[in-house]
Parts: sequence; C-alpha cells; structure tokens
Amino acid sequence: MQTFGWPEILFILRSAGWTLALTVIAFFIGSIIGGAFALMRLSRIRWLRRFAGGYILVIQSIPVLMVLFMSYYGLSALGVELPPFLAASASLSIYVSAYLAEIWRGSIESVPRQQWEASMSLAHSPAQTYRHVILPQAVRISLPPTVGFLVQLVKNTSIVQVVGFVDLMRAGMLVNNATYQAFQIFTVVAAIYFAICFPLSRLSRHLEKVMNASRSH
Amino acid sequence: MPAVLIEDIHKRFGSLEVLKGVSLSVDTGQVVAIIGRSGSGKSTLLRCINGLETFHAGKIEVAGHVMTQDPTKLRELRKDVGIVFQSYNLFPHLTVGQNIMLSPRITKNVPQAQALALAKDVLAQVGLSEKFDSYPDNLSGGQQQRVAIARSLAMQPKVMLFDEVTSALDPELTGEVLIVMEKLAKGGMTMLLVTHEMNFARTVADTTVFMHQGLIWESGPSKELFANPQTPELANFVKAGAH
Ligand SMILES: Nc1ncnc2c1ncn2[C@@H]1O[C@H](COP(=O)(O)OP(=O)(O)OP(=O)(O)O)[C@@H](O)[C@H]1O
Ligand SMILES: [Mg+2]
Repeated sequence: MQTFGWPEILFILRSAGWTLALTVIAFFIGSIIGGAFALMRLSRIRWLRRFAGGYILVIQSIPVLMVLFMSYYGLSALGVELPPFLAASASLSIYVSAYLAEIWRGSIESVPRQQWEASMSLAHSPAQTYRHVILPQAVRISLPPTVGFLVQLVKNTSIVQVVGFVDLMRAGMLVNNATYQAFQIFTVVAAIYFAICFPLSRLSRHLEKVMNASRSH
Repeated sequence: MPAVLIEDIHKRFGSLEVLKGVSLSVDTGQVVAIIGRSGSGKSTLLRCINGLETFHAGKIEVAGHVMTQDPTKLRELRKDVGIVFQSYNLFPHLTVGQNIMLSPRITKNVPQAQALALAKDVLAQVGLSEKFDSYPDNLSGGQQQRVAIARSLAMQPKVMLFDEVTSALDPELTGEVLIVMEKLAKGGMTMLLVTHEMNFARTVADTTVFMHQGLIWESGPSKELFANPQTPELANFVKAGAH
C-alpha cells in the first residue's frame, strides 16, 4: 500500500491548480455574460428585460449539476464530445453569469434614482451616466457580495468531478483510495481550500475599507 | 424671444392631472419665483422645463431649444439649462473638483486645463475654493448645495432652475445658499426657482407665480403680489406663512 507522501501532496497541489484555473475561467467568462445580462435586465426594451429575466430564473432554478450533465452528457448524446474541462468551464460560467447578473442588477438599482436625474440633467448620455456615475457607485456596493460569491464558487467547483475532471476534492479522494490516510489527506485538502478562500474573504473586507476611506479622506 | 416660454402645458400622472394648462413666459435675465402648496405641481412644472418629465399637451421652449424627446436634441437643451435639486445629488464617489469638471469634459470636450480653471472659477463664485479636493460626504448640507450650484454653473447655462434648494437644510445653513442665488440673480442669470422662502421670493424675484391645483392661480411683480393678493387662495397662503 502506498503512503501519503510528497508525490501525493504534489498531485493534490496540481489539482488545486485546476480548481483555481476553473474558478478563474468561470468567474471571468461568467462576469462578462453576467454583466451583459444585468444591463439587459435593466434595459428599457421589454423583450430584452424578459429574455434576461427568463435566463436568470431558469439557471437559478436548476442545480448547477444539471447544467453540467446537460452540457456533458446531453451534447455527447447528440454526438458532440466536449472534453471535461470545457464542459466544466462552460457550465460553471453559465452558473456564475446568472448569479452575478442578479447581484449586479441589485447593485445598480440600489444607486439612488436621483443620481440618474442629476447626471441626465447635466446633459450626459445614458452611456455616460452608466460609466461615470452609476457603475462606479454600483461596483462599490457590489464588491462584498461579489467576492462572497467567488468564495462559494471556489468550493462549488468540486461538482465538476462527476464528469471525470480531477479537481482538488477529487484528487483528495483518489489519494485516499490509494493510501487510506483520510484524516491527513483531507486536512491538507481543507487547508488548501482555506488558503484560497481566506485571503479572498479578507480581500473583500479590505476593499470595503479602502472604498470607504477614499470617500472620506 | 423669451428665455423660457411655456404654453398651455398639461401633465397627468395616471389619471391624476397635475398640470392643467400652465403658461408662463420668462425673459432673459428675469428671476421668477414659483410658490404654492405642496402638491400644486411646482416641481413637476420645473422638471418639464429640462425634460425630466414629459407632458401630454402644450409646448415648451427654453434657451432657444424646443422641448423634445429626441435624446440628442434633449442633451443640447440640457447643456443650456441647469437644475439644482433639494437633495443636492452630488456624485459621492467624486471629489468636489471632479464633480464640477466631469460634465464640461464629457459633454463639451473642454480640455482638462480649461475645465480646471472653470471649476476653480465657479467654486470661487460659491465661496468654496478650499474644498476642491474634498468629497461631498465631508461637506455640510449648505456647502454641498453650493457645490451643486457650482457644478451647474460650470456648464455655463443660459437658464437655471432651482427646486426648493434650501428645504433640506438646517435653518442656519439656508442663508449661505440664498446669498449665492441672490448674487447669481444680480449677475443677470435667468432663474426659475420653486421656493418656500417667501422673503427671498419677495425681495429677489422680479415675478412671483402662485400655483394652485395645477394652475397658475395668480402671478405678478413680486412685491405687489405679496402686498395685494387678488385671490383668497393666495391671501390665505401668504397669511399662513410659506406652507
Ligand atoms: N412620479 C410621480 N408619479 C405619480 N404622481 C406624482 C409623481 N410626481 C408627482 N406626483 C404627484 O403630482 C402632484 C404634484 O407634485 P409636485 O411634486 O409637482 O408638487 P409640488 O408642488 O412640487 O409639491 P411640494 O411642495 O410638496 O414639493 C402631487 O399630487 C404628487 O403626488
Ligand atoms: Mg416639489
């Protein structure tokens, strides 16, 4: 029987890299799509609003796991074979986009209506109003919940193991199957999750403080 | 041609008719105070003049622009028509200087150096030169309102609208804002101001307009209007003192 040593730890660390990579990709792509859907939700054009609302509602109402199954097994039934990493990135991005869209829509809406009026009264266009007045304030408001969601995302990426992708969690299980030193292994795995998520939580709090300080220095 | 021409404006919110045919003409350099009870339509009228509210019938011309819903034309109109609100509405994420320079920069492409000079100039006009780098949150209400006026002035408007700009202020802070407005009036700015400061209306405004139930009930030269109200409604309003 194998013991839990450096090769195993390296394997786990490499898999942690995949978890990170997946998180970054899903967050990046999800942000772009989510930002677009947030703006569509707030559009003056009714069908755009409805379309975005429908998308968000559907994605939020089904488990991410189903999105993952559908993009992996569903497409492969149609003859399209997605590699696990692609299927995982795609479905996590979709998941992220729906949640960020809602967080950001809420942040944009919580900027007081009077800010819109003041900006438009100064002859700004709607785009200029978004760019110079609304979004800078909305970003501040959205930062803590956005980073909070990112922490959830790091942990939620562990579902991608169901399509055969070896992430941090899956690596721990594989090593455990070979060495049966569950306590040590999962302590290491937990420590890595903690090492990723803890700084993020701190970052969120730090940003909040910096933002507040910049408003009253 | 008058600086502001309002012809038979009708405005409804749902089934509630808030303006029932309002006409008003303001000459260049004239100061007009609008007074009246809460709900009489004063703010709505003012907001129609810079297109923040649309209206159902009638016509408005201001600073040579015909009121329109066309976004590009409306922006041209708004470059010439400043508005100051009761709640200041400064941009909290920008410093005082940035608040003032933003609009000239992005709507008129005023070069940075020129925008800076302009900002310093209007800030001096409202007596707040030393606050250039402050954030709005660190200013008193009276100071914020003066910055809001300066921000409007930086657009070099032809007409200024004021909607109860001292109503949110503690009594001891209203004076500093009223002084700035009086200076503007003396300097020849065309002004329409909704106010509850009867003294200010009487002494600074050339004309006072009394609105009642969505109509201009009575109007005339300020001093005469306050001294000899022609309608019982205005007499009561004046007697009740402001509200
Ligand atoms: N956006 C709106 N939707 C519905 N009703 C409105 C809206 N804005 C104003 N009203 C109504 O229109 C009427 C006139 O409002 P307006 O704000 O013009 O009055 P005002 O004379 O400025 O009053 P105040 O002295 O309280 O500011 C009021 O009955 C008000 O409730
Ligand atoms: Mg009002």
